[in-house]
Amino acid sequence: MATSFTRMMRGRNTAMILASVGAGSLAAGYLLSDSAAAAAATAAERQRLYPPSADFPDLRKHNNCMAASLTPAIYARLRDKTTPKNWTLDQCIQTGVDNPGHPFIKTVGMVAGDEESYEVFAELFDPVIKDRHNGYDPRIMKHPTDLDASKITSGMFDERYVLSSRVRTGRSIRGLSLPPACTRSERREVERVVVTALSGLKGDLSGRYYSLGDMSDREQQQLIDEHFLFDKPVSPLLTAAGMARDWPDARGIWHNNEKNFLIWVNEEDHTRIISMEKGGNMKRVFERFCRGLKQVEHLIQERGWEFMWNERLGYILTCPSNLGTGLRAGVHIRLPLLNRDPRFKKILENLRLQKRGTGGVDTAATGDVFDVSNLDRLGKSEVELVQLVIDGVNYLIECEKRLERGQDVKIPSPIPQFRK
Amino acid sequence: MPFGNTHNNFKLNYTVDQEFPDLSKHNNHMAKALTKDIYAKLRDKQTPSGYTLDDVIQTGVDNPGHPFIMTVGCVAGDEESYDVFKDLLDPVISDRHGGYKPTDKHKTDLNFENLKGGDDLDPNYVLSSRVRTGRSIKGFTLPPHNSRGERRAIEKLSVEALTSLDGEFKGKYYPLKSMTDAEQEQLIADHFLFDKPVSPLLTCAGMARDWPDGRGIWHNDNKTFLVWVNEEDHLRVISMQKGGNMREVFRRFCVGLQKIEEIFKKHNHGFMWNEHLGYILTCPSNLGTGLRGGVHVKLAKLSTHPKFEEILKRLRLQKRGTGGVDTASVGGVFDISNADRLGSSEVEQVQLVVDGVKLMVEMEKKLEKGEAIDSMIPAQK
Repeated sequence: MATSFTRMMRGRNTAMILASVGAGSLAAGYLLSDSAAAAAATAAERQRLYPPSADFPDLRKHNNCMAASLTPAIYARLRDKTTPKNWTLDQCIQTGVDNPGHPFIKTVGMVAGDEESYEVFAELFDPVIKDRHNGYDPRIMKHPTDLDASKITSGMFDERYVLSSRVRTGRSIRGLSLPPACTRSERREVERVVVTALSGLKGDLSGRYYSLGDMSDREQQQLIDEHFLFDKPVSPLLTAAGMARDWPDARGIWHNNEKNFLIWVNEEDHTRIISMEKGGNMKRVFERFCRGLKQVEHLIQERGWEFMWNERLGYILTCPSNLGTGLRAGVHIRLPLLNRDPRFKKILENLRLQKRGTGGVDTAATGDVFDVSNLDRLGKSEVELVQLVIDGVNYLIECEKRLERGQDVKIPSPIPQFRK
Repeated sequence: MPFGNTHNNFKLNYTVDQEFPDLSKHNNHMAKALTKDIYAKLRDKQTPSGYTLDDVIQTGVDNPGHPFIMTVGCVAGDEESYDVFKDLLDPVISDRHGGYKPTDKHKTDLNFENLKGGDDLDPNYVLSSRVRTGRSIKGFTLPPHNSRGERRAIEKLSVEALTSLDGEFKGKYYPLKSMTDAEQEQLIADHFLFDKPVSPLLTCAGMARDWPDGRGIWHNDNKTFLVWVNEEDHLRVISMQKGGNMREVFRRFCVGLQKIEEIFKKHNHGFMWNEHLGYILTCPSNLGTGLRGGVHVKLAKLSTHPKFEEILKRLRLQKRGTGGVDTASVGGVFDISNADRLGSSEVEQVQLVVDGVKLMVEMEKKLEKGEAIDSMIPAQK
């Protein structure tokens, strides 16, 4: 059933049309199959019938970083570009178009489909990154990476206040598309590469993998009880970005026998790496984190793979909010008096810390126990951020103790946001 | 514009075994029909607008289905999908539409005068009557695939066509993204307003993208003829009214549809139709007439009769709750409509509803009097 477009195209020189749309060299044009040639011709016609202005999204009711940065001019320049794997701008921004955002929370509103997205669509990603990461300018700045845990000082918290300590990040496997874009075979390959590497971990890091699709009911219940199991994403921010496709194919959870080093495979990123334990020994949590990460990296490199990283953006992850270190280091902490002090918000802000409920992002604090972690991800190294959390949390505990003794507390001066 | 899996050529670097979806826990028409051989044959194909096999099946991969309800599990992205991917869609269509063969021809009959009776269903039992169908506009891709530019063009064309109607069809368009609170409340009270799809069957197929851009509702001043623009299909056309005069509902349905079609044809954008599959719609389950003609009817006694399901089956009818598909009945009131869409005409399908409902109301009356209905049970239609 030919459309009016293909009927129009049929009598004309296919190669000429392909050359005129810039669909690669003339030689490549001649090698395309019939259906691909028809598709290329139709694409050209559609570009003519629907110029970028016809497709520009209606963002008037939107409040996210993408909507704040996307202009008709930028859209016009980027709409018809693709990454080497054919990922487009419209696919990057779909989640931000579908989710106008919340008047109080500014979401990012766009994702990368592959490593090259950040380059091909830099004209939009760069201002979004600058907006989200407090002025970090990827065009002129460099991101420092430092996973030397020995540099950490005072990393042991008072356990009358800190109940648990945790550090998480993400890593992407270079050469494979990211969760919004990956095909089933790419996703399965991520799983294969990562699980093979993890099986090489030894000592306190040795553990096992539980595939989401194959786990028994008993294993599933066990993982739920331990708060390790992740479920199919329901947040429209993620589903609109295509990250839940083919669930639960090639998704799974790996953890070590000691249950303090955990890896999620193919959830929102290729991998999410988590080091955690009860109590306040953040230094040990971070030491294990760095050691585990380095060993996993070494194991994948032995087989010719590597993590996505560059000196402009640090570690490359699906969501621009996780670029740089992708690191969130935090504690579950009880600070009843400080929590009720009207200056608490400002204290946190100046310390570059964020409070969340104990269910994680977008949950409310219950009782007086809440989650405190670093706000920043990009522009400071892992060591700097973890030290910042340690120093900050220690300061908060000092404040609580002072309030307990009837003494006053001071709002600390703001920490500079990143080093040039 | 692309959605989801359109970086198809890159995918061809991987083998069929590496890409083939895991359908071991699936129960939908697509999973039953898709073999590795079919996948291998179709995976490097695309329609002229760039729709691929993986696009067609994504919703069925993401939604394994229900052990008792058999969903379709695939959608078309454009008119050509039904041709380019016929090796998969023909068996799906056959399975869903009672053995319909690739060589069968579908009859279209929108001449309401061919309907016999239908104006005398007892309003004490038949509370309301309704006929709906869908239409796709030639020259545009379908909701799973279309770009914002196309969707807006569809809306613009549809609004032009609809606002040019007069007489009993004179009405007004309410775009979803700019309706006032008062308009929204009125449309909800009239049961006209449709909302952003939440069913994963639809969202996984990409039909909720860019919501509410390009979507809206048009209805006539009498509130008896209603058109949804850019929901699950380009157009969903609904004729309805209280009571049992299905004949009048069907007359208005046919007349309205034909008036609308004429206007679209003048703009060189007629409806998608062919003599094998009838009217082309997004979901293969709606091919043919795309027609669901039905009533809300009180069948408190008959619905508890042990032969109720069998009677429905023989009459080629289907029951639903009064909230529509996947809802339960409330207070003995059922939604009864035709089960078939492809292989019989509009007149034939509405005739089945009219005759079948008439018979079931008679049965209900008999059961109320304590009499048996065994002699009334029909043969398979």
